[in-house]
Amino acid sequence: MQWETVIGLEIHAQLATQSKIFSGSATTFGAEPNTQASLIDLGMPGVLPVLNEEAVKMAVKFGLAIDAEIGRKSVFARKNYFYPDLPKGYQISQYELPIVGKGHLDITLEDGTVKRIGITRAHLEEDAGKSLHEDFHGMSGIDLNRAGTPLLEIVSEPDIRSAKEAVAYVKAIHALVRYLGICDGNMNEGSLRCDCNVSVRPKGQAEFGTRAEIKNVNSFRFIEKAINHEVQRQIELIEDGGKVIQETRLYDPNKDQTRSMRGKEEANDYRYFPDPDLLPVVIEQDFLDTVRATLPELPQQKRERFQAEFGLSAYDASVLSASREMADYFEKVAGICGDAKLAANWVMVELASLLNKSDLEIEQSPVSAEQLGGMILRIKDNTISGKIAKMVFEAMANGEGTADQIIEAKGLKQVTDSGAIESMLNEVLAANAEQVEQYRASDEAKRGKMFGFFVGQAMKASKGKANPQQVNELLKKKLEG
Amino acid sequence: MHQLTLAEIARGLAAKEFSSVELTRALLARIHQLDPQLNAFISVTEDLALQQAQAADARRAAGENGALLGAPIAHKDLFCTQGVRTSCGSKILDNFVAPYNATVVEKLANAGAVSLGKLNMDEFAMGSANESSHYGPVKNPWDLERVPGGSSGGSAAAVAARLLPAATGTDTGGSIRQPAALTNLTGLKPTYGRVSRWGMIAYASSLDQGGPLARTAEDCALMLQAMAGFDPKDSTSVDQPLDDYLGELNKPLDGLRIGLPKEYFGAGLDPRIAEIVMASVEELKKLGASVKEISLPNMKHAIPAYYVIAPAEASSNLSRFDGVRFGYRCANPENLEDLYKRSRAEGFGEEVKRRIMVGTYALSAGYYDAYYLQAQKIRRLIKNDFMAAFAEVDVILGPTTPSPAWKLGEKNNDPVAQYLEDIYTITANLAGLPGLSMPAGFADGLPVGVQLLAPYFQEARLLNVAHRYQQATDWHTRAPAGF
Repeated sequence: MQWETVIGLEIHAQLATQSKIFSGSATTFGAEPNTQASLIDLGMPGVLPVLNEEAVKMAVKFGLAIDAEIGRKSVFARKNYFYPDLPKGYQISQYELPIVGKGHLDITLEDGTVKRIGITRAHLEEDAGKSLHEDFHGMSGIDLNRAGTPLLEIVSEPDIRSAKEAVAYVKAIHALVRYLGICDGNMNEGSLRCDCNVSVRPKGQAEFGTRAEIKNVNSFRFIEKAINHEVQRQIELIEDGGKVIQETRLYDPNKDQTRSMRGKEEANDYRYFPDPDLLPVVIEQDFLDTVRATLPELPQQKRERFQAEFGLSAYDASVLSASREMADYFEKVAGICGDAKLAANWVMVELASLLNKSDLEIEQSPVSAEQLGGMILRIKDNTISGKIAKMVFEAMANGEGTADQIIEAKGLKQVTDSGAIESMLNEVLAANAEQVEQYRASDEAKRGKMFGFFVGQAMKASKGKANPQQVNELLKKKLEG
Repeated sequence: MHQLTLAEIARGLAAKEFSSVELTRALLARIHQLDPQLNAFISVTEDLALQQAQAADARRAAGENGALLGAPIAHKDLFCTQGVRTSCGSKILDNFVAPYNATVVEKLANAGAVSLGKLNMDEFAMGSANESSHYGPVKNPWDLERVPGGSSGGSAAAVAARLLPAATGTDTGGSIRQPAALTNLTGLKPTYGRVSRWGMIAYASSLDQGGPLARTAEDCALMLQAMAGFDPKDSTSVDQPLDDYLGELNKPLDGLRIGLPKEYFGAGLDPRIAEIVMASVEELKKLGASVKEISLPNMKHAIPAYYVIAPAEASSNLSRFDGVRFGYRCANPENLEDLYKRSRAEGFGEEVKRRIMVGTYALSAGYYDAYYLQAQKIRRLIKNDFMAAFAEVDVILGPTTPSPAWKLGEKNNDPVAQYLEDIYTITANLAGLPGLSMPAGFADGLPVGVQLLAPYFQEARLLNVAHRYQQATDWHTRAPAGF
């Protein structure tokens, strides 16, 4: 049987506010346990929450960026359950009236096609603390530093059809929140976390299969692996005559498998109700306009501009706008060298492979945009050839300085003096007199191939420094002369 | 000295007739002598009180002259007081020493009031008799075999017995006005949002409101002036300037339109009380008021709506008492679930558990619409009734309670009978309106209160009417025998 995978994602993005969503405590990651927990974060008797306006602004920014309806009146609700890292016994979240309503985000798939993923809603809520199970001799410790950190929970429609699409969607969200400056996107520190709702159905069937929710998957790679594994598990289960049950599962990256956390019957009844300690959030047109004015150029707009302004292909434009850092890097290189296509090539091929090899992000690149742009300039003004440029690039990656310094130090400057090239060619032709004769005796078709042999010999003799175009021209003249 | 009202104390302190330290010592001695009969105090903070009194005397010597500077008061034990146990009348907080001050506590301290201690109350403010306290029931000084009302029963008993001139209380369904009525005091529940709830341990957040209990409207005005005001720490507090409560006390009542809701005078009201209420109306007419019958047709739904909304909010508010971070923790928990279950089972009393169960049920999937949402609709209808009524009248007048103080234990086995005691007071909480209860007579020796309700933020009007009435009558000056 042919199976179709259906995926919906819930992404929790920690908002990059200075202080928590309902208290004045700082949100810095990695502080000593419980040093960033105030009376409010501890859920002391008698304390009350006060909403951080910055978190509202960031949520609205996101909403505008995905072309969503912004809830003019949104309501905070209490989600009630007991857990030691949840100090009040309820999480302040949003339920019936979220701040961000229906919107969408376009993702570019590997084959270059664009797919629109619906976003059901995005709502504000507070993060919980952390339970620490080590070093407490059979007891658990609780760190409430994270409790009250603002989260934006972004819920997608079940529009995603494969693990690869899921990753593309998470990457697009990741890029977007970083473009907007509302989340640092640091998945290792849990700043962006993902719950995956996965089901399968026979191809062509209209209704959805029963879904399982994989909780808290925190890297692009794990999202792909966890979903693929879960899809496989569900298909095998059904094909063996079993039934998928609605449950929460946990992905174990060490064993590459998902396992059951709790079933539907053990699921909490969260008893949501509007939080009486907080007033509804009313968003006025003025506020929307102010926030809209602070929106930066977004990935999609950037992609379109790269195509129109620089004549890049859709694929190149989408790769280069995938992150704000990547786009900024590219634009800087293009600006310095004045040749966007060449810049795009270098960034997407040589630089990408360098970063990939050393597992670095573009903002950690050992070759700066200034360096790369400067090097491409030297290709353009014929100081070096493309081939030599690769050597220069490698040297820059090794920290040997700017292109100019390297060209100077290594004597890589291209030879463009036609007298010097000519005398070098004379030597080459003299050393290969037999081949010259053969060439001259051959017809047009054969000559083409043989010509390459002379070019190779000439470049070898000049150690690659002779200007290839000049070599070509002079060689032709001499051979046909 | 213990017979002095707050206003008289202010004059005495200003005239240097006595010092705050002298007054504080006298009242502390009186508390030691008499409170064992009443059980009004959970904690008496003697050393702290004397320090505060000394500080107040020093401030006065330095030229300060605030109305509450050096005046002794005490707080209901759900206002957090830094460094002092704040028990909420519950075993679960018996060991809880608050690490911060409630805004009300802070404001009164800044005004120079001297806090003598923390007052007994129904556990988590749930009750109308002050019998659900972990620290035992409070007795009514008018008859030690009777309840003082609740949940601010300790506040009421202490002020009525002249252990204090005034105290703070909170009112979620009548918890200031009902005990005031049952002990011959003036008690004011301000408009929701007028007094900050920061540091006030929550029972039902959308209904809770702090306010004063004192012997006179004038004293309530003095207290409210210090307690009220916008607080950025409480999102539900309202940013609206305060009136000059003292300044408006003496305004004449000519032209005042009083509404009498016909629903208040139906079955269930003790005829002795009905008679006293009508006598108070006659008195107010003499002072220039006119009277009109009005209708609040949805009042009959108020108690069911209240007993959905309040327990629903309470079930969530009380989740934080889980034995993990503060308060009572059961001995030797086997695991997390055991820790939760036993800490809460052993830490909470019967009435609290009952309301948590009711509230949890009302919010459960499948019942939410039928109970919680329905109750919210009733709440809007009740508010609309009041809006319509206040288009025609300036204040609404009626009984505070259907009957005078009952015997200790009399209604213990019948929670619903106790819930019905709140019938006249609960609507003001559901609508968020200000309400005041004032002494208006006696039924066979037991105090009877009359309730006044006014539109939002018209506390000054309530205090004005009550003050003019108290200038013309002397019910409020009567003291219980033996106190």
